[in-house]
Amino acid sequence: MSNLSSQAAAQYNNNFLKEVEAMVEEGNWVKMCMQCGVCSGSCPTNFQAGWDHPPQEIFMMIRAGKREEVLNSQSMWMCTSCYNCIVRCPRKLPITHIMHGLANYAHRLGLAPKNQPTRHFAKLFWNNCIQTGRVNELKLSLGLYFKDGFKQGIINGLAMKDVALGLLKAKRLNPFELFKAHGCKDQKGIHAMLKKAHEIEERRKAIKTA
Amino acid sequence: MAKKEYAFYPGCSSQRGASASNYLKSVDSMCKTLDIKLTEIPDWNCCSASIGYAEGGELPRHVLNARNFALAEQNLPGQEIVATCAACWLGARETKERLDASSQLMADTNEALKEAGLEYKGESDIRHMVEVLIEDFGYDELKKPVVKSLEGIKFAGYVGCQTNRPFGIVGESFENPMYLDKLVEMVGGEALTGYDQKVTCCGGALAFSEPDKAQAQIKDIVESAYDHGAEMIVTPCPLCQANVEIYQGAINKKYGKKFNIPVMYYSQLMTVAYGGSAKDAGLDGQVIRATRLEEIAAKR
Repeated sequence: MSNLSSQAAAQYNNNFLKEVEAMVEEGNWVKMCMQCGVCSGSCPTNFQAGWDHPPQEIFMMIRAGKREEVLNSQSMWMCTSCYNCIVRCPRKLPITHIMHGLANYAHRLGLAPKNQPTRHFAKLFWNNCIQTGRVNELKLSLGLYFKDGFKQGIINGLAMKDVALGLLKAKRLNPFELFKAHGCKDQKGIHAMLKKAHEIEERRKAIKTA
Repeated sequence: MAKKEYAFYPGCSSQRGASASNYLKSVDSMCKTLDIKLTEIPDWNCCSASIGYAEGGELPRHVLNARNFALAEQNLPGQEIVATCAACWLGARETKERLDASSQLMADTNEALKEAGLEYKGESDIRHMVEVLIEDFGYDELKKPVVKSLEGIKFAGYVGCQTNRPFGIVGESFENPMYLDKLVEMVGGEALTGYDQKVTCCGGALAFSEPDKAQAQIKDIVESAYDHGAEMIVTPCPLCQANVEIYQGAINKKYGKKFNIPVMYYSQLMTVAYGGSAKDAGLDGQVIRATRLEEIAAKR
């Protein structure tokens, strides 16, 4: 277990539900789940054997203290943010947000699965959009293709060449974005405010674990 | 003076040379006809979409959105913010709800915004373009400028997720929203109201990270459109549009299909119906060309 992770667990006397309530975005809703399973039945990726544990199972595992199993799980990373579970949940749990919150927490503690493709893409996306304040779609796609090295990147890129050519022809992909990209004017301000936001978030989480 | 004015949040995918630039083109044309003045929020930034959460966390995500609100309040006081992208709208509206509900989160957000010399007062409302059309204009008003009917074209109205859930359009159900079908009928097209993949997820950002899973979902969405006799799919969401259109070739290879169905925006149908050219409607931005719409647009 990483140092950060064992510290967090210790702060809550290994009561994982309490830890989730304090540390995970919207985590205080977890105890409201009544195990009806409508979320699992409504989830588009659950039908493709994507989830090792569907949402209501994750919630029960949290209550049962299965900390490692939950935070190591691929499950939360399968969320497509379709919000079907949220609108159908009879108890109105913000399930999509809890899944995002759990994924973020596992990622921060370093417990999320290594080489999880959506974890990788989420990181790539955030870093891409905050660099200039706006997403650079070309660099985002290239970053994704080349994640497993140069050779694999060329193979991935070739596999996607028809998609790219179609978009190029329709003027919906601009190769010059590699050199002269769209971006905000006040990038300095954006970076400063985000740095501050991270500091505040760290401070708040620290108070909770203190 | 324009009939209606809004602070406009176009979003990253609508920029020149980006994946939904044809959406913006058609929205501009549509708004010109309806006398809607959209003023871009100066120096707006990315909302971090629905995938920014893992690295971005909670507060930084809200701060990103709040920066746009603060810029709108400062530069375009009194104007509601309008987004055309489903994810922009959802992300922004989510942030607004969270900040409205928590004075702590609001104070933290403003502490961070101060670093960029900004302050968010919590005034602006966040709306989707479709809400503006339906609530501020209404179908009768929107129908008035129609000069060409899209008669005889069958459309599968693919609403998707994020313009529908969790917020949706007031008065519509999550399971079977009707507004897209009504917009299709308004421009004279045939709405395939029995289309059963109307609110299915296209895979969203997982189309990038888990292409096999997303393409399995997209296959169902396209296949059902064909099964119902659709000639075109129409959607209000830029990611739905891109995912459902551009992977049809890959799905054909993988599943032995012959998919080749155009995927349009509601604003493209309206622009053509309002007498706009193919260029005005961004029809040149389709990867799978909408030939019948191009023909109607070319007719004098």
